[in-house]
Amino acid sequence: MRERRYPDAVAGRFETPPITFTDGEGREIEIREYDDSEASYEALVAMYDSFDPSDRAQGIPPGGESRVREWLDAILTDDCLNVVAWCAGSVAGHATLVPDDEAYELAIFVHQTYQRAGIGTRLIRGLLGCGQAAGIEQVWLTVERWNRAAVSLYEKIGFETSNTESFELEMALRLNESTDDTAAENDSDDGSAE
Amino acid sequence: MHVLCGIGGSDDSLRALEQTVDRAAVAGDDLTIGVVENPNAEIAVEEVIRRAEAAIAAAGIDATVRHVEGDPGSRLVDIAEQEGFDRIVLGGGHTSPMGKISIGPIAEFVLLNSNTSVTLVR
Repeated sequence: MRERRYPDAVAGRFETPPITFTDGEGREIEIREYDDSEASYEALVAMYDSFDPSDRAQGIPPGGESRVREWLDAILTDDCLNVVAWCAGSVAGHATLVPDDEAYELAIFVHQTYQRAGIGTRLIRGLLGCGQAAGIEQVWLTVERWNRAAVSLYEKIGFETSNTESFELEMALRLNESTDDTAAENDSDDGSAE
Repeated sequence: MHVLCGIGGSDDSLRALEQTVDRAAVAGDDLTIGVVENPNAEIAVEEVIRRAEAAIAAAGIDATVRHVEGDPGSRLVDIAEQEGFDRIVLGGGHTSPMGKISIGPIAEFVLLNSNTSVTLVR
């Protein structure tokens, strides 16, 4: 596999959920960690089942309720981190961190009804707050090159472009100081890394 | 149909190999497996060639396996055009644990530069 570059500097601290705020349209929004209840699960399914297919990216969310359920079953597991934005009992958005070999892949979806109201920014910050609290070190994501709004949001948060070879732009963020030996190579000359 | 299936040892290319061989057995395609050197693959070229030959033998078809040296994408496009292939078949991309599909540089090059129709196997 090719190398993914992460920023040297650790990102600033992110607030942890629960987070409540009024969005750009005057709606009360609450961001909470996913609680694994059946009601939350079904509310997520309903959000993705009515998600505009033209906002899909690289095959997710998948089309059709049964595929949505299969996909959610794979990413709502204990080793993943999931954060949900609620508005009056409905899911407005969902963000997730899913582990791969060395790091966590991030994805975020805001339902069309709730887009362009500042929810995505709060949601991703809430997810990264959970990630920081859980001790996650490295996060990466992919985004379509033409999606300037998303790219500038990720840049504002601290993501840096890590790979430009593919169709999609790959970006990476360092959430916590590294504790493992391989990532501490940069510090080997002063020997101060613990 | 005269089919060129390009594989380099990634998981998606091995799935493409399997499906292409199965289809050839039913449709009677004239199949060539081009084994390319994919620097991102974890399996060596010799092992990929061995697997291709095993898949062909298991399906009981008559197909050619050949080692394609040089830049994988451009060589596949060249071979398909110069030797009159009707279709290039490639793996359909890597799926991350998140479920996101991404297409590798070889498939990207072939898609953008080939005059021959291209199939990505999902």
